[in-house]
Amino acid sequence: MEKNAMSNKIKTYLMFAGPAMFFFFAVVIIPFFYGVYLTFTNWDGISERKDLIGITNYIAVFQDSGFWSALLLTLSYVAISTILVQVIAFLLAYLLTSGLKGQNFFRAGFFTPNLIGGIVLGFIWKFVFSKAFTAFGAMISAPLFESSWLSDPIKAFFALILVTVWQYSGYMMLIYVAGFVGVPKDLMEAASIDGCTDMQRTRHIVIPLMAQSFSICTFLTLTRCFMVYDLNVSLTGGEPYGSTIMAALHVYQKAFKSKQYGLGQAEALVLFVVVAVVAVTQYYLSRKKEVEA
Amino acid sequence: MAKGRTVVGGRKAVFMSLMKQVLLTAVLLLYMIPFFLILVNSFKRKITIIKNPLMLVDPKGFSFDNYSSAFREMNYLRAFGNSLLITFVSVAFIVLFASMAAYFFARTRNFAAKFSFSLIVAAMVIPFQTIMIPLISIYGNMLGLLNMRSTLIFMNIGFGMGLAIFIYYGFIRSGIPISLEEAAIIDGCTPYQLFFKIVFPLLKPTTATLIVLDVLWLWNDYLLPSLILGKKRLYTLPLSTYTFYGTYSSDLGKIMAGLVLTILPVIVIYLILQKQIISGVVAGAVKA
Repeated sequence: MEKNAMSNKIKTYLMFAGPAMFFFFAVVIIPFFYGVYLTFTNWDGISERKDLIGITNYIAVFQDSGFWSALLLTLSYVAISTILVQVIAFLLAYLLTSGLKGQNFFRAGFFTPNLIGGIVLGFIWKFVFSKAFTAFGAMISAPLFESSWLSDPIKAFFALILVTVWQYSGYMMLIYVAGFVGVPKDLMEAASIDGCTDMQRTRHIVIPLMAQSFSICTFLTLTRCFMVYDLNVSLTGGEPYGSTIMAALHVYQKAFKSKQYGLGQAEALVLFVVVAVVAVTQYYLSRKKEVEA
Repeated sequence: MAKGRTVVGGRKAVFMSLMKQVLLTAVLLLYMIPFFLILVNSFKRKITIIKNPLMLVDPKGFSFDNYSSAFREMNYLRAFGNSLLITFVSVAFIVLFASMAAYFFARTRNFAAKFSFSLIVAAMVIPFQTIMIPLISIYGNMLGLLNMRSTLIFMNIGFGMGLAIFIYYGFIRSGIPISLEEAAIIDGCTPYQLFFKIVFPLLKPTTATLIVLDVLWLWNDYLLPSLILGKKRLYTLPLSTYTFYGTYSSDLGKIMAGLVLTILPVIVIYLILQKQIISGVVAGAVKA
């Protein structure tokens, strides 16, 4: 009887969760742990030989200045993009919930870039930066646009930020719009009757009530920006002079270009830890804010 | 709301809302400039694009030459078909397997179920780049399964499980009354009948959300397909766009036409299903 109940339980588990768990283990869990093992080997991706070499790869990670400058660049990119995206998305959402004509049309319009993959967006903007902006700069003789942004290390970095902000602000705007719509109407009316100005209402009622939208949007922007790859490849390709290689692209090149799989994987794991620490910190900080509000 | 304001705020309010309208229109136009530039230039000859990328119409008039050569050289139909096949099959299996598993996890209170679900949720924080190297090592070097569309579909299903199970789980816990299932069991339903005839149809709104999120992800995915599919005849749309750009980067007219062709199907779908896509994206973000 006991045994029968047990085998019944196993049967139901396999019937319902079996397929999902099979794919999940085959594609996520097993490769993850195998990846940890790879970091202790000197595998080059081709040969049969995989020698265990202890923590040599991790020491090499700390000596690989290319990795640290890529990581630093990624951190600045993430910080600047995340802040700009929130500010612009919030402003757009504010304007698009004030009862204007054609609100839905505007919302749909601003979201459009998010339907298209990073590779294609990067190519589109490459043309804009290197051909259209330069022609525009020559026409109105604005030195800022006269030479292509993509041929200067600092400007190329800001080109990446500009495209990111352009893309994600329309995405996050939708979530902020949902937040604005969720603010109770009677609360807003009560504040107006008490003589609040629009600004005061936004500052003291809307923003605290939207703490959850802020934490969702910050989390989404943060994690997406950290792992940026497609846009990096197609817009700058890491150029000029390898100055815009972000962490994900660096890992890719280490493994698949210079065939240092163990080292590349060790760097991927370090990157994972950095992302996890930043994401978890952000999550707890904003949870605290949500509770206070 | 706008009407009420006119009464309260008078002329100033009308003026303010007009200003907002103008401001938003201007910003939206600015947002759309890149798409507009690509579209305009796709009808021009290479020489006029280089001479003046901001000119709207080529002095020699509109030409569709760029489109016909881009269409041919990108192998557009084949790439489109590959993208369609891979996206459709992957999404179908993700929806099927994830809803079944989530239902089981939501209704079973034993260790195995709890542990499996926690593991899936915890693994959602692992970025793809952390898995890609061992993934290629296992499926490429050990098993020799690269250059097959089915391998890519297999992996898509695995990577799609996390978010899908998570979203289904939340919806089943909060939105499906258990009494319905109890009634069905009394009526003698088998577990599969119960799930497919009663529970799955009730999950429809969540399924719609997931289809939107997964189609956007898979249709545009580049990194994983680029690692798996190395043969031109297997290329998806993003892959063929990338290669096409690399081959003809100096032939700007063709490139522009190629980019427009890549974007076009998505925009057409968006024009038809705009409401569903937007609500799907919002629902997915707020739940996850």
